[in-house]
Amino acid sequence: MTIDQNIHRQPLLSVKNLSVTFTIDDGRFTAAEDICMDIGRGESVGLVGESGCGKSVTALSLTRLVPSPPGSIESGSVVFDGSEIMTMDTAELRKIRGNAISMIFQEPLSALSPLHRIGRQLVEAVLLHRQISKKKAWRFAEQWLKKVGIPDAEERMYSYPYQLSGGMQQRVMIAMALMLEPALIIADEPTTALDVTTQAQIFELLQRMKKNFTSLLLITHDMGVIWETCERVIVMYASRIVETGSREEIFEHPAHPYTIGLLEAIPRLSKGRQRLKDIPGQVPSPFNYPPGCHFQERCPYAFDRCRREAPPLYDCGGGQKAACFLLDKAKQ
Amino acid sequence: MNLDKKYDESQSLLSVNDLKTWFPVKRGFFSRQQDYIRAVDGVSLELFSGETLGLVGESGCGKTTLGRTLLGLEPVTSGEIYFKNFLLNHAGRKQMNRLRQEMQVIFQDPLSSLNPRMSVMDIVTEGLVQFKRIEGSKEDHARRLIKEVGLSGDAIYRYPHEFSGGQRQRINIARAISLRPEFIICDEAVSALDVSIQAQVINLLISLQEQHQLSYLFISHDLSVVSNIADRVAVMYLGQIFEKGKTADIIHAPLHPYTRALIAAVPVPGKERQDKFAEVKGEAPSTATPPVGCRFHPRCPEAMPVCRETPPPLRRFEDREVRCHLY
Ligand SMILES: Nc1ncnc2c1ncn2[C@@H]1O[C@H](COP(=O)(O)OP(=O)(O)OP(=O)(O)O)[C@@H](O)[C@H]1O
Ligand SMILES: Nc1ncnc2c1ncn2[C@@H]1O[C@H](COP(=O)(O)OP(=O)(O)OP(=O)(O)O)[C@@H](O)[C@H]1O
Ligand code: SF4
Ligand SMILES: [Mg+2]
Ligand SMILES: [Mg+2]
Repeated sequence: MTIDQNIHRQPLLSVKNLSVTFTIDDGRFTAAEDICMDIGRGESVGLVGESGCGKSVTALSLTRLVPSPPGSIESGSVVFDGSEIMTMDTAELRKIRGNAISMIFQEPLSALSPLHRIGRQLVEAVLLHRQISKKKAWRFAEQWLKKVGIPDAEERMYSYPYQLSGGMQQRVMIAMALMLEPALIIADEPTTALDVTTQAQIFELLQRMKKNFTSLLLITHDMGVIWETCERVIVMYASRIVETGSREEIFEHPAHPYTIGLLEAIPRLSKGRQRLKDIPGQVPSPFNYPPGCHFQERCPYAFDRCRREAPPLYDCGGGQKAACFLLDKAKQ
Repeated sequence: MNLDKKYDESQSLLSVNDLKTWFPVKRGFFSRQQDYIRAVDGVSLELFSGETLGLVGESGCGKTTLGRTLLGLEPVTSGEIYFKNFLLNHAGRKQMNRLRQEMQVIFQDPLSSLNPRMSVMDIVTEGLVQFKRIEGSKEDHARRLIKEVGLSGDAIYRYPHEFSGGQRQRINIARAISLRPEFIICDEAVSALDVSIQAQVINLLISLQEQHQLSYLFISHDLSVVSNIADRVAVMYLGQIFEKGKTADIIHAPLHPYTRALIAAVPVPGKERQDKFAEVKGEAPSTATPPVGCRFHPRCPEAMPVCRETPPPLRRFEDREVRCHLY
């Protein structure tokens, strides 16, 4: 009992002041700015936010996978299980990737080789980190295909990625990430192409892994999935974290105007064609982030100060924090 | 409001008759036995001008294959496809070329469907250039299209890899609407977008539809999304249509046990889901050797003896069609 409690006390992953920039022909922009987050052992954290706000870039930089150039991790610290990832040598880093920390990438086709049967790709991934025979690895991989709900797994081992449906490719990726039982799973939109039945199956698998203190950073725009899977939620907008809190805090009393708008845009079961509520306006281009709050142009409450200063994360009570000056005024 | 007829039932745009698309596969490595994956296995449907038909169903049930077959990207195994009363199965290349301008597609995986070496400007105006439909400057066209999908104008000089997943999908949509087609297949077109952009894109698709009398086949695994854009919904399972009807009927009074389970399983934030789906989980069935009788019977909570033996036909039931022995 006491051991468990200790395990819970220190976060498995601790990110401090992480900033990532990209330099392309048109110049340089910041894709993730001053990101701070902790993920506890066995904890599931959801990362949500506008398309292009820097979720994938943040996720990739946790294991230094941001393509460089054009990307560059400008500053920050990422401590995983007591070791600093930012200064780790590549050999050590390679051991961690795919083994202690595994990633499910946003676009499965970009992570699977089109030239090789999926069985071979899975087996190679197993053999990279486990000393077992090829035959055993094959059986092992096959069983994982079954676990992620792929029918006819024995035969599917011989399929090329293009012969699988979008959701099947995604599940191959998931099998690859889960089969080595990592301590931390970073899942970037793992279920965008999956229907509710298949989704339920995958999340059940994740729940089971959680019992062994596997931690999860889940990036998804599917708020229903966040609600069902995560204890804590981080909301990003235009390269910055704008709000964090427990799932109840975020869903029941969101504090940041962006989070409020985001929750109102969730599509509900409806009776037919009907316009949805959205957040008016467009995300600013990363080259033209305005000084001050990045949400100011779309925010119904914006006032002078929002155009001058960048709001820090204000405490809203409990563990909830939001980067909005409305919360500062409330205190005074 | 929602119940108003927004489309014209006298004008059939697309009509599909008992369509089959099978893929030959080898079982195991050494086997010589010829098997087929019956990805699409006897689908009939109709799409009216100005209408949106939603297509939902489990991963691997054949939705994408159906869409690709309609576009002539997969060979038809059997059955007929009529587009504007024109039999597509036997269309020549010239005719297909003309029809291509009227049929567009937005696919699931944005990265693999965008040429990495082309700038966004070239991508979104490619069709316009190919069919000589550019008036004025290419830049203006590109800028207008890219703004229509909610990206900033300076995006047109950049390349696909410089964008986020969701942004790339918007580029894809800009390309698909560039030729102002009559029919667009949206295959998980908004699945990669966050909900606020998703709402904007759906609203955009609805506006374009109303302005240009567009028809959509809207493929998605997300019933909430589908229910907000589709006039009618078809539910697919293992290559076949299981239920088809008006959106309101399907969502609020689903008949087929599979449809009922699907709707019960939609996760809603703020509400604990009752695990109604437990009954239907079971093992995912094989597409190469689908269960005999009703294809759903091994997972169906209401299966009767007859379901294990006789495949139910797609029957008319009141205002809709259902493939189930219960009706
Ligand atoms: N390889 C790259 N080169 C240049 N810019 C990039 C690259 N990868 C990402 N970016 C830019 O960085 C910003 C953040 O991108 P990121 O992929 O993290 O977004 P995201 O939050 O994951 O969005 P989505 O929900 O659409 O996947 C975007 O403006 C994107 O265009
Ligand atoms: N080129 C191909 N060769 C062999 N089999 C294929 C091919 N394309 C698709 N299939 C198979 O056909 C079946 C239906 O696939 P399809 O991509 O149509 O499913 P889907 O309903 O779109 O699923 P998802 O929701 O996961 O995208 C699957 O079993 C798939 O493996
Ligand atoms: S800081 Fe100002 S602009 Fe930003 S969200 Fe709050 S009120 Fe709106
Ligand atoms: Mg992303
Ligand atoms: Mg598909």
